[in-house]
Amino acid sequence: MQRALRTAVLLCLGAAAATAGFGQAPAPKGSEVVITNAIVMTATHGNIKNGSIYIKDGKIAAVGENVKAPASATVIDAGGKYVTPGIVDSHSHIALDDDVNEATSPITPQMMMKDAFDYQDKAIYRALAGGVTTSLLLHGSANMIGGQAIVIKHKYGLGRDELLFPNAPRSIKFASGENPKRVYGGREQLPSTRMGNFAVQREALVQAQDYMREWDTYNEKVKRGDKDAIAPKRDLKMEALADVLRGKLMVQIHCYRADEFLTEIAMAKEFGYKIRAFHHALEAYKVPEALAVENIGIATFADWWGYKQEAWDAIPWNAVMAMRKGVKVAIKSDSEDYTRRLNQEAAKTIRYGGATEEEALKMITLNAAWIVGVDDRVGSIDVGKDADLVIWDGYPLSSYGIPEKVMIDGEVYFDRSLPGLGTTHYREGQ
Amino acid sequence: MKRQWTVGGEQGGVSSLGARSSRLAVRSKFLALLGTTILVGVVALAAQEKPIALKGGKVLTVTHGAIENGVVVMQGGKITAVGAASSVNVPSGAQVIDVTGMTVYPGLIDSETNLGLTEISAEQSTNDLVEMSDEIMPHMHTADAFHAESALIPVARMNGITNAVVAPSSGDTLPGQDSFIQLSGASAVDMLMVRDLAMPLNFTGDERRNKGPFSQHKFPSTRMGLASQLRQALLDALDYKTKWADYDRKKSDAARDKKPEPPAPKRDLKAEALLPYLEGKKTIVLAANSPSDLETAVSLANEFKLKFVLNHISHSQPVLDYVATLKVPVIVGPIYEAPKEDERYDTVYSLPAQLYKRGVKVIFASYSSHNVRNLPDAAGYATVFGLPSDEALKAITISPAEVWGVADKLGSLDAGKMANVVVANGDPLDVKTDVKRVFIEGKEIPMTSRQTWLRDQYSK
Repeated sequence: MQRALRTAVLLCLGAAAATAGFGQAPAPKGSEVVITNAIVMTATHGNIKNGSIYIKDGKIAAVGENVKAPASATVIDAGGKYVTPGIVDSHSHIALDDDVNEATSPITPQMMMKDAFDYQDKAIYRALAGGVTTSLLLHGSANMIGGQAIVIKHKYGLGRDELLFPNAPRSIKFASGENPKRVYGGREQLPSTRMGNFAVQREALVQAQDYMREWDTYNEKVKRGDKDAIAPKRDLKMEALADVLRGKLMVQIHCYRADEFLTEIAMAKEFGYKIRAFHHALEAYKVPEALAVENIGIATFADWWGYKQEAWDAIPWNAVMAMRKGVKVAIKSDSEDYTRRLNQEAAKTIRYGGATEEEALKMITLNAAWIVGVDDRVGSIDVGKDADLVIWDGYPLSSYGIPEKVMIDGEVYFDRSLPGLGTTHYREGQ
Repeated sequence: MKRQWTVGGEQGGVSSLGARSSRLAVRSKFLALLGTTILVGVVALAAQEKPIALKGGKVLTVTHGAIENGVVVMQGGKITAVGAASSVNVPSGAQVIDVTGMTVYPGLIDSETNLGLTEISAEQSTNDLVEMSDEIMPHMHTADAFHAESALIPVARMNGITNAVVAPSSGDTLPGQDSFIQLSGASAVDMLMVRDLAMPLNFTGDERRNKGPFSQHKFPSTRMGLASQLRQALLDALDYKTKWADYDRKKSDAARDKKPEPPAPKRDLKAEALLPYLEGKKTIVLAANSPSDLETAVSLANEFKLKFVLNHISHSQPVLDYVATLKVPVIVGPIYEAPKEDERYDTVYSLPAQLYKRGVKVIFASYSSHNVRNLPDAAGYATVFGLPSDEALKAITISPAEVWGVADKLGSLDAGKMANVVVANGDPLDVKTDVKRVFIEGKEIPMTSRQTWLRDQYSK
């Protein structure tokens, strides 16, 4: 009833957003929920049989066998089922209506995903129904530097800004290898080789250094009280690259081949920025130490291979082999399809290489959250973290686990037992 | 199949930037890599010499239940006994393999793959998937292109897939004829169990490749065009048959009357390829997705009295009762296909269960090449949405064997059948189960592939 009223109000205030069923506000502060009678897979400190999770103001306030929750808290009886942290997909292109590549120049760091984000895309819902609560929406790999990503929470049914992960660190997508050289080589343009790829990248970074120097000089003059100092022209492209060099953007690099990891690492050192993660990274097993020593993670496929030449040496043991050498490994989807079943993809690492249950779970939760830069907020069931949780029907790391309820910030957004789409905030046909 | 190359979703598509000189270099490097025999599909092992007994495992026979602590005996390439350890006599001299704690089940059958027709999807020089010069290409035989030495085959068979249908990829209304293969053998000829097994007939709307601006339209550019083109091709084939019957009659008349032979009609390979299907001797694999396409395709098939099985029907949920009345098997999926915009997330996942509830025989296909190894995962996932577990296993073993006419040899653990047997450390339909041993015609397959070779190289 209350929700209906709220919707009515919003309909008056923001008709455009609400016509498609979007725009409902999240639960008010002060809400309290306790999930009881669950096998809690924490991802950091093992499983708790017959565990409970107490949630206050959207955060995990307590977790354990004996949790004190006030009698006023809403009880969700998990019925002995598994509860995991919400899945984090560290490489996704959904909700962008194919606006993934501004493939008109190989260097487009000023492209902002937020400007293209289609928060009504049903793919967000379908991923949510598969247990995904957070995704990193990245640019494609047509360009050496594609643009700046966004991090979303899958609060399907809410308005655009409510889906954006609050205060998530900014990421920028770099690429390498076959894709840029094929896109531009196919037009008889630079780059058409891997040499060209890296030359284009290096040249852009050198320009950014020049741009930063111009501004430094200007700022220096202003500081000295030079009233005639003329500010350099602002350049969005250069500002974005300057933020890379200043360490303000996390660098996420689409990269397949072992030699290219090494070249990218060398270039990062040459220009003084850090690489957060290599994406796809199908040859990480060949040079895992080189990645581990730089604290570079990988966001990889469980077993995809052979779709292109640079995926020909992909092996399904890659994730576990790299992990055993100290690399932080995430299994990601890069796919509207696979993001719906990342739990199964993670389970494959148990089979290929013998990951433990917790290691496999981390690859789609905590490790993925680290790659996105939000591991202090989500990715495990620990006190203080956002209450992004999945209650599973069946064992999640198998063919048989499917989400029964998916909760974000302590509120249920998907409930399989509901008719229709199973959504709680999005209303069909509205 | 959408033939587009994406730089967003990496595994999504296929490059088609046209031939470039670098491709040749890629190809030769690639061939060099394939040179080592242990890495390729062909396994030239001698016929099974001594009997093998798999003892102590949980035996999933498929046709007569599960046997705890069972025994499977293989001799001369065939299964000679299956039963409880207490009741089966192991022949003297048999190699006894203790598989206690393991699950034993028949080799899995994938009902649509592109195995042997592609190596690296984006490298056109390695693709022999479909002829796109015309929509009507019934005279294409996948058997003619099947590459026995493909590095993809050991990868698939290590996961327990022992047999597969090799189909051209979709794109044409009639892209050519399927083959049925054994995933091991001394050569392509040895691996091809059935040449020209069946013929795909695609009516999904994707065949409208001439669609575009009006100025670029070529026939056929609509479903109507495709249907009339197909109908004409079938009529032409029937006409061809009449012509030859006519000729045969005139020829025998001429011989009888000692007159000169009449001129023979010109041979037409397309028509010849279609005749066994028009005569109901072979199976058409009828692919459609939406209800309207499905009904059009079925009425076309009925018009020409074609014997068919259905394929895909991923978005035909509103007419599943009608599908049940057709009394034909359905190759389901891919169940991972996205639901339509307004559909619930599990609409396609639940299709196998929905069909099963209506008494329709379902069989699964991976519709893949590199990911054939994941065939059982889809069957397992379908159980979550209501397909019983034993039916899911049947849908990748005995049911496809029946549909493809090889149930006397394959699809279950029964004495007399070919010894295609898999040993795994658990439930065959669970994504985390690891296959430990694979036997094809009683011969143990080396558990090696190009991928294990790379793993081992970098594990030293």
